[in-house]
Order: sequence, then C-alpha cells, then structure tokens
Amino acid sequence: MSTAQAVRMANEAAGSDSDNFQVSANSDQYLTFILNGEEYGVDILRVQEIKGWDSATPIPNTPDYVRGVINLRGTIVPIIDLRARFGLERVPYGPTTVVIVLKVMHGNASRIMGIVVDAVSEVYNVSQQDLKPAPEFGGAVRVDFVKGLATVDKKMVIILAIDELLNSDAMAVANAE
Amino acid sequence: MTIDMSKFLDTFFEESAEGLDAMESGLLHMQDGAADDELVNTIFRAAHSIKGGSATFGLSEVAEFTHHMETLLDEVRAGKRAVASDLVDVLLESVDCLRAMLAASKSGSAGDPKRAKSLSARMAKILGVATGHVVVTASAQPVQAASGGWRIVFRPHAHLYRTGNDPVRMLRELAELGEYKVSCDTSRLPGFVNAQPEECALSWTVELRGEIPEKRVREVFDWVDGDCDLTLEPLPASSEKLAPDAPAVQAVVPVAKEKTNGDKTSTPAAPAAAETTSIRVGIDKVDALINMVGELVITQSMLGQVGKDFDMSRVEKLMHGLAQLERNTRELQESVMRIRMMPISFAFQRFPRMVRDLSQKLNKKIELRMSGEQTELDKTVMEKIGDPLVHLVRNSVDHGIEMPDVRRAAGKAETGIVTLNAFHQGGNIVIEIKDDGAGLPRGKIIAKARKQGLLGADEEPDDNKVFELIFMAGFSTADQVSDVSGRGVGMDVVRKNIKALGGTVDVKSESGKGSTFTIRLPLTLAILDGQLVSVGEQTYIVPLVSIVETLQMKKEAISAIAGRAELYRLRDEYIPVLRLYGLFGIEPRQKDLANGLLVVVEGEGKRVGLFVDDLQNQQQVVIKSLESNFKRVPGVSGATILGDGTVALILDVSGVIDASRQATAPSGLGKNQAQIRAA
Repeated sequence: MSTAQAVRMANEAAGSDSDNFQVSANSDQYLTFILNGEEYGVDILRVQEIKGWDSATPIPNTPDYVRGVINLRGTIVPIIDLRARFGLERVPYGPTTVVIVLKVMHGNASRIMGIVVDAVSEVYNVSQQDLKPAPEFGGAVRVDFVKGLATVDKKMVIILAIDELLNSDAMAVANAE
Repeated sequence: MTIDMSKFLDTFFEESAEGLDAMESGLLHMQDGAADDELVNTIFRAAHSIKGGSATFGLSEVAEFTHHMETLLDEVRAGKRAVASDLVDVLLESVDCLRAMLAASKSGSAGDPKRAKSLSARMAKILGVATGHVVVTASAQPVQAASGGWRIVFRPHAHLYRTGNDPVRMLRELAELGEYKVSCDTSRLPGFVNAQPEECALSWTVELRGEIPEKRVREVFDWVDGDCDLTLEPLPASSEKLAPDAPAVQAVVPVAKEKTNGDKTSTPAAPAAAETTSIRVGIDKVDALINMVGELVITQSMLGQVGKDFDMSRVEKLMHGLAQLERNTRELQESVMRIRMMPISFAFQRFPRMVRDLSQKLNKKIELRMSGEQTELDKTVMEKIGDPLVHLVRNSVDHGIEMPDVRRAAGKAETGIVTLNAFHQGGNIVIEIKDDGAGLPRGKIIAKARKQGLLGADEEPDDNKVFELIFMAGFSTADQVSDVSGRGVGMDVVRKNIKALGGTVDVKSESGKGSTFTIRLPLTLAILDGQLVSVGEQTYIVPLVSIVETLQMKKEAISAIAGRAELYRLRDEYIPVLRLYGLFGIEPRQKDLANGLLVVVEGEGKRVGLFVDDLQNQQQVVIKSLESNFKRVPGVSGATILGDGTVALILDVSGVIDASRQATAPSGLGKNQAQIRAA
C-alpha cells in the first residue's frame, strides 16, 4: 500500500516540520489521482483515508454515479463514482481502483463521502500563485467543480473543488431546515 | 485566573427549572389540603436554592422576588399561617412569574418587572394581614428589614501575611454565613517595581446579607484582631449597590471567584435549545454498567485464553465463551439504553397545574388521575411527546368534559375525570388519555365533513373513518373558537408529531360515556426489531411492528386491474401488491408472484403487500442515519450494519406506500388529499 503510505507521510508532513515536504504559508498539498488518464488533485487535508474498492449497498432511486453506501467502521458513507459523475466511460474496477474518503464541508457542517477513482498518484506541493484559474471548457466537468489548474513536472493537474462537486445535484443537502 | 461563570449559569437555570417544577407540584398537593411539614419544606428548599443561586449569578431581581416567596413560605413552615387557597394561588402565580423571569435572563431579554412587582405587593399584603401586626408598607422594605446584613470593610495591615493569616480563608468563611458580595480595593498597591510580595496592600469590602449576628461576623476576624482595620455597618435595604469606595478597576486577586459574583455575569451567547442536552443518571444505572463491563472483560480474557493454542477439543469451551459474550453484549446494550430512559412522570408533571388552571377558566369540575408515571421511555421521545400530550389533555378538558349542570342532567357526577395512563406493551409504550365526558360528536363531525367536502353527501362512514376526520388539518367542530382550543390546528399536528416518532394514535369514543386517545410509541429511537428480507442481491429490513403477516401467494388469489395494479385477495380483503424490485430498480431472483413471498405491511392505516424474493431471519438492528453523510431517501428510513459488516437499508413503510402511490396514476384518495391541502 504505497499510496496509503504516501498519504500518511503527507499528513504527517502537514502536521510536523518534515524536511521532505516544505509547507509554507502560500503553498498547499494535494493528493492526486488518475481518472481516465488525466490527473486530478484534492486538498490533502480533506482526505481521511484511502481504501480499496469493496462492494457498496445501492441506494434506490439515485443517479448511477451514486454507487451506494458502505460501512466505514460503523459510519454509513456514500460512495460516488467519479467516472460516472463526469460522464466518462465505465471501466471495470481493477486492482488499482480505490476509494478516497473525503471530508466535505457545507456551511459549518461536514459530511464524509468516498469517491471511486482509477488509481492514486502522488502528493504535490502547489503554491497558490501556481494555481491557474480554469478556462471555460464547456465539457462534461463544470467549471465550478474546478478550483484551478496546476502544472507539475510539465503535466497538468486539475485541482478539484470537492465541496462544490460533492454538494451538487443528487448529493445536495436539503436546505429546507 | 477568572472562572467562566456562564458554564455554571446553564446548570443554575436547569436546576432552577427543576426546583420550580418541584415547587409547583408541591403547591398543587398543598391545595388538596395535604400541607404536611415535609411538603412545605420541599417547596421552601426549592425557593431557597433558587434565591441563593440567582443572587450568586447577580440576578438580583429574581433573588429579591424569590426572597418574598421564601418569607411567605417560612411563615407557613413555622405554622404561623394556614394554607388558604389565595395563598396557593399567589404562590403558583409567583412560580410562573419566576419561570418567566428566569427565561428572560437566560435569553438575555428584559423581563416583565411590573408583574413581579404586583405579585410582590400581593405577597406583602398577605404577609401584613396575617401576621397581625402592622407592617410598614407593602413595598420591598418590610421583608428586608428583618434580615439586613453587614457591610464589612476589611483593611489588613501590611504585616498580615507574616502573622500566618490568609485573607482568602476569612473571605471564604464569610461566604458561608450568607449571601455575599465582595469587592477588592487595589489602590494601595505600590506598582510592580516597588512591590513587596510579603506585604499586604489590598483591602476588601464585603456585603453580607442575611440574619447574621454581629458576633458571628467578628468571630471570623478574631485571629487578625489588631492586625487590621475592621469596620462593620449594618445594611438596611436590599437594593443598595456595592460600596462606592470600591474602585472601578478591580484587579484580579486570589479571590477572583468570589469577586465575579459581584459583577454582572454575562448572559450566555445563545439561549440553549428547548431540549436539554444533559441527563441525570441514577447511580444504580451507572453501577450496573460498570458491573457489566467487568464481566465483558472477564469473558474477553477467557476467550483469549481459549484462542491461544486452539484445538478441536476446546470447541465446546469456545462455544460456551461466545454464548457468554453474546449475553454480556446484550445486557450491556440494554443497560446503555436504560441510561437514556426516564420515567414518564417528567412529561406528566405539568398536567395537574394545567388541568387546574383550565378547569377554573372554563368553570368545570375536573379531577385528573394519573397512573403509570414510573413507566420509562427514551428521553428524546419524551421531549417530543410533551406537546402532543398537552394538546390531547386540553382537548379532553375543553371538548370532552361537559359543564357541571350538563353532567348532572345526564346523570353523571358533577366532577369529570380525566385519566392519564402509561404502560409498556411489547416493545412499545402506550399512553392513554381518557375522559368520561360527552364523547366525540359523531353527527357533528359528519355534518362538518360534508360541508367541507371531505365526505360524500350520502356516504355513511363507520366510526373509524369518522374519528379519522378529526386528525385532518383545519378540521374543528367547536362552535366557538376559544383560546383553549377549537381552531382546528392541532390534531393534525399531534398526529404528525407522533408519526415522526414512529408511533400511532387511535381514538375510541362512545357517545355520552367519553373518549379515549391511545398513543403508541416505540421505546427507543435507536434500536429496531426488524425482519430481514432479500430482493435479488440486496437485503432490506422491514420494521417488525409494521408487518401484519407474511405469506406465500396462491395463483388463483392474484388479480389485476387494467393489467397494472395487482391485487391479492387475502381472506375478504384485496391488498395491493407492490413489487419491491420494481420500486427500487433492482434485478430480482423472482418475478413470478407465486414463487416469491408477500410481506403484508401496514402504515398509516393502509395495507399493502411487499413482494420479496425471500425472508431471512429476524433481528434487532441499530439504526444508523443515512442523512448524516448523504441525505433523506424516500422509502428508506435509515440504514444498519449487518453481522457481515455490509450495509442494509431499513424500509420506511409509509414512505414506500406513498412512493408506490405516486408511481401509479393518482387515485381518488390522492385527489382527496390535494383538496384538503388546498382548503
């Protein structure tokens, strides 16, 4: 579980003064993962854990990107398939398929949700000025789900705004109360 | 170091509420003529602690007001005064007033000083009349005169510490004598550079209230006689503020705790929600828990030993250990649940007062009988059942019980009886509200329902249907809208609240003999008895309470309307069949009705049959919320974790019925509901 180790290291780095990961005030760390050959990133401080894919209990009458709910040590956690969410082609889940468990904020409250991705990749330091705003690309991914684009080792990494992404549409919290 | 008083303030409010409840119920008993010493003492003690507490927290109006009550009660306690109904009335009103004052200070808003003042005046009047001698005026003065207090200026000489004396100790001793306010004078402090830590440069001004002999106060300072300047002045009135010589800027000194008392404590940032967040647990319950955890540990170590070098010869021992573990776990679970359980008397205790006030207002004679007050139920359930109960009792008093002359004419006793009864039945708690009044006016309800278009003109409904009508929104048969009831809002809310708790409410009524409302509630909201059913690969949990029966369908009893709505004839009833796999969009193992099973469930008085592949076992499941991390899903009330660690969804039977109704074409019933909503 090298990826899990990477996360643990990164989390430790965020909490302590490790030399490997320089944490400065205007730089954030992102965990990146692969989805359909592209690299996406999420704020590492929101990552609770990474676990292998295990079957979920489907919830009736929800869009197909809501894969269902799993039992995460006594808590019921919904699982979102990010490929399906972005309208990408479905692929069978393989050995690298993982669930990234994230803490999603809405207002002052938070929820725990998991996203299914093809594979986890790296942990990067991205300074805030290196984060470029996403252009209107009119594709499957709505611009408000993208926090920005970063370039690491000449590759583009799409940094996701997980609060916007995972509070939208079918996952939205009813604001009636 | 300052102490955050707001933390204690919340406790004070909570305790005061309990004290007020105790006073109220005591006073009501007193009215029944049973003014024994113990009862009076209980009331007196409650008033006394509220007075003490409010003074501590700087709620001077409350303290002053309670003081008047206390004086009055003291005379009753001393036997100087007989218990008259006007006395009880004034005291009861004062309890209300006090409650309002406390609520006002809790929320930080201004109270109603006029009400307190007029009540104080009334109390003073009663005091004046009965003690036989003339009291100066009816203002706050007379009661205070008896128990002034002292202003003590304590100015230790610089060498006080060297004599081994600690001023804090003396101040503490003073605090034990009575109500106590202290301020510290730091003007003699030499400044940081010149400070002599061994010299005392502070002095204190203490205001001590209560009937304390001068000798007692001087005793405190016996040891420092000659090492300090001490002045004692008697305090006349209560409203006087702190000594003016106390400087505006008060340094933080070792007596910070006491000092804060003098300051106006800040009101808590936000008023707490109506539901209290702490519970008092009997020590026996906690002890039982500790015992059980002890046993669990023993079992665990035994199992560990069995597992160490395991071979087949020890299987029996293992099974034995596992059985014990199961028993321990179940007991532990039950004990933990019991912590949340409280006797229903907490919900019942407000009714004697309410019925008394209402019967006076309506000029009816009503006796309230309560039984089963010790029946326990979950605290959250109790907090939510309070309002519906109030509503039903008000209804019984207002609509149920007739006026005394009507009752006499009907050959009944003038005094009507309202009975509140609670008991356990199966996994439910049952609460009955019964009156021996006129019963529900069947004819009137039908007439009104026809007028509102809820019933057809020539429809002759049975009793159940008629009584069902009173739970509809906007339905009232009261000729006159009073401030007690009759606006037609209420019964629908009652039912909605009870339904939200997973309970039901039924009515039985007999003309001229009275009506009975029966509320059934689950004991707890955290655990549910469920029947596991499988549909395709999935397992769902149907709450056992909603299952009527489960059966294998006979082909000849299945019929369909327009090829779509399938019905099953069960004895003399047609039950709509609901294919669960169709509703939930999953692939079943059985599509042929004759091969699967029909689980007949009942929700909101309607029966449907759920078509499932198979039944599994029955078990208790712990309800987990889907909403906390996801959102509400129609037809699903929650989720649980099965023995193998997977998640199973718990069906919400009435939600499933609703969902199925929406899926099919709108039926007559649906239209009917739409009309009600529009009306």
